[in-house]
Amino acid sequence: MQAQTTSEQKMEALFAAWMSTEGKSFVSPEVAQTYQRRVQRFKDVVQLKKPDQVPTILLTGGFVADYAGISHGEMMYDYEKAARAILKFHEDFQPDYQAASNFLPGPAFDRLGYVLYRWPGSKIPSQSLPPTMPFQMVEAEYMRADEYDQLIADPEYFCLRVYVPRICKALGGWQLLPTFFATMEMPFIPFWLGVSGAPPVMEAFQAFLEAVRLNAEYGAVSGRVSAELMSKYGMPGTIGGFSKAPFDILGDTLRGTRGVMLDMYRCPDKVLAAVERLTPIAIQMGLQAAMMSQHPFVLIPLHKGADGFMSREDFKKFYWPTLKATLLGLIEGGAVPFLFVEGGYNERLDIIAESGLPAGRTIWLFDRTDMKAVKKFFGSWACFGGNVPASLFYAGTPQEMETYVRDLIETVGQDGGFFLSPGVVVDQARPENVRAYLEAARKYGVYG
Amino acid sequence: MSLKNSLVHAIAEMQEEEAIRLTRAMVDSGASPMEVLDAAREAMDIVGQRYEKGIYFLPELMMAGEILSQMAEIVKPLLAQAPAVKKHGRVLIGTVAGDIHDIGKNIVVFMLDVNGFEVMDLGVDVPPQKFVEAVKEFKPQVVGLSGFLTLAFDSMKETIKALEVAGLRNQVKVMIGGGSVDEHVRAYTGADAWGRDAMAAVNLAKQWIGG
Ligand code: B12
Repeated sequence: MQAQTTSEQKMEALFAAWMSTEGKSFVSPEVAQTYQRRVQRFKDVVQLKKPDQVPTILLTGGFVADYAGISHGEMMYDYEKAARAILKFHEDFQPDYQAASNFLPGPAFDRLGYVLYRWPGSKIPSQSLPPTMPFQMVEAEYMRADEYDQLIADPEYFCLRVYVPRICKALGGWQLLPTFFATMEMPFIPFWLGVSGAPPVMEAFQAFLEAVRLNAEYGAVSGRVSAELMSKYGMPGTIGGFSKAPFDILGDTLRGTRGVMLDMYRCPDKVLAAVERLTPIAIQMGLQAAMMSQHPFVLIPLHKGADGFMSREDFKKFYWPTLKATLLGLIEGGAVPFLFVEGGYNERLDIIAESGLPAGRTIWLFDRTDMKAVKKFFGSWACFGGNVPASLFYAGTPQEMETYVRDLIETVGQDGGFFLSPGVVVDQARPENVRAYLEAARKYGVYG
Repeated sequence: MSLKNSLVHAIAEMQEEEAIRLTRAMVDSGASPMEVLDAAREAMDIVGQRYEKGIYFLPELMMAGEILSQMAEIVKPLLAQAPAVKKHGRVLIGTVAGDIHDIGKNIVVFMLDVNGFEVMDLGVDVPPQKFVEAVKEFKPQVVGLSGFLTLAFDSMKETIKALEVAGLRNQVKVMIGGGSVDEHVRAYTGADAWGRDAMAAVNLAKQWIGG
């Protein structure tokens, strides 16, 4: 019998798959080498080593469209224009890693009747924003306070039959979905398929399949663009998948900020039971994506556990235990959780650092947290980066940008285990500041 | 403890059901709506102080707000007119055009209110012209602009510009805050000052208006 693979081996396998040039095309052997060097650089940092130079990433949202002179609406509806915009951005700025943009499949969202967000150019009148605006989430109570028991009893059942019909109007028919356990006896099947044949259920499946097809059209373009960036410039992708902290799954788009915060007083036990039930789902979501894309990094944006949102006591009680369990589950599966720590986390660093997470298995991108404190609490066991302010990209000068990057690298980036990144998604920026950011990284980020 | 003191305590300690029960008890025992609202105000002072000290956070502010609005529902039918309370001065506030983040702004409103300012809150995604009209009507000494997105920086700049064009700029002090707002953004937008948090907003208002 084969010996069991350890989580370490699983992670190494994912890194190897990411690093591999097999099945990927490159314009020259040199570019293939550049690609591998960049992957190695990030791997070194994750494993707390000192690479040849500080890996530098750009989190870009709306900036890619703005820079190329196309609207945010076109970014979601005119794939060819969007593709050209993304290629132009990378060609002109030459970042080391592929940068994200707001390139997304508008037609698929339209077909789903997706009402959780509003976005530029939406064909659903209530969701439509002007083409100049980036997409935005609509905060509301998509799960009612009296639905905790249902969520806790069976989160996937609740998701499919209650939550999805609410946020995807075209999938409303799924409310009527009969249980699939009916497949266990042949004579039950006609009943099961019969109920599924009700017009609203059929329409929902039809909408779903069409959305899948519309997304595939988008996927083809996005895959092509990514392959081109890899082939031409040797730029690795930055993210293999997404997940969320269980408390944020509950607080962002189920109960909403206000809902979840009142629940912390009104029904704390249910909040705790719910986040526990959501934990395996958070793990599975991240692992599935990482396996599919053969890339170990699972991005987890952190929202409602930040300084100011709740007390340290509540963080320890409501937020951290299930986030920690999520991280451990992802690590166990070989993924490398990439935490996007939005807002400030100055009051949380010690709690996280002392919780016994394994060393060299996580990535932490900070926004407005004191980076010296981060270095002190995290330096010995986890890589970190971030903190370059959005305001500097937008309203600073190239000189100020250079100084900021230099100071940051000099104060916290000298021992490796560090990457350079903006602290937030850069939606608007002056191109000369983006350039100054990348140049400063090359100027001050090379280890002697 | 008197009924009123018990009520203050219940609100400040986030005992929602108890607070509502005591509100009803006070009303039933013939207390005037003013007395009930007075208790609410006293409790809110405590909540505000605890927030300032970092004992209370968002869940407590939201719960306090929730208790308050339920109390108001009970008392409203008995209320002939709004209580006339002496305020230090007027602050107009809103989240600027294109931005819908309001959690931070709502805290600022709450803290200004418990610190004795009369606050007019224009809500979120407020176009410059709406600020201009509200300045004309409400005549605030201070205008607070909140914004979390980078696009809000432009909206702030445009709002301040619009005040200028309307000839109102020198009648008000403008403070900005939220998310990545810092000195760079202040300089960019032409605001008089920026603040990191709700206490900074209160201090700026005090500094400019007194109180
Ligand atoms: C909650 C949240 C949301 C919620 C907002 C809910 C709501 N009702 O407000 C939702 C989900 C709707 C949302 C949507 C979006 N968001 Co958002 N959001 C956040 C988040 C996680 C928290 C912000 C918050 O409320 N903080 C809590 C408050 C209490 O903290 P605070 O800022 O310290 O508060 C103090 C100060 O702000 C100050 N203050 C506030 N106003 C004022 C005014 C004055 C005059 C003064 C003196 C002080 C002051 O006082 C407050 C109290 O002390 C931040 C990330 C983060 N953690 O900061 C992102 C963040 C602000 N969002 C961001 C983005 C990009 C978006 C979206 C575009 C994302 C999307 N595609 O959906 C949309 C845009 C929607 C829109 N058009 O506005 C980015 C902005 C990036 C940038 N370029 O600047 C951030 C920074 C996330 C990130 N790291 O990239 N978001």
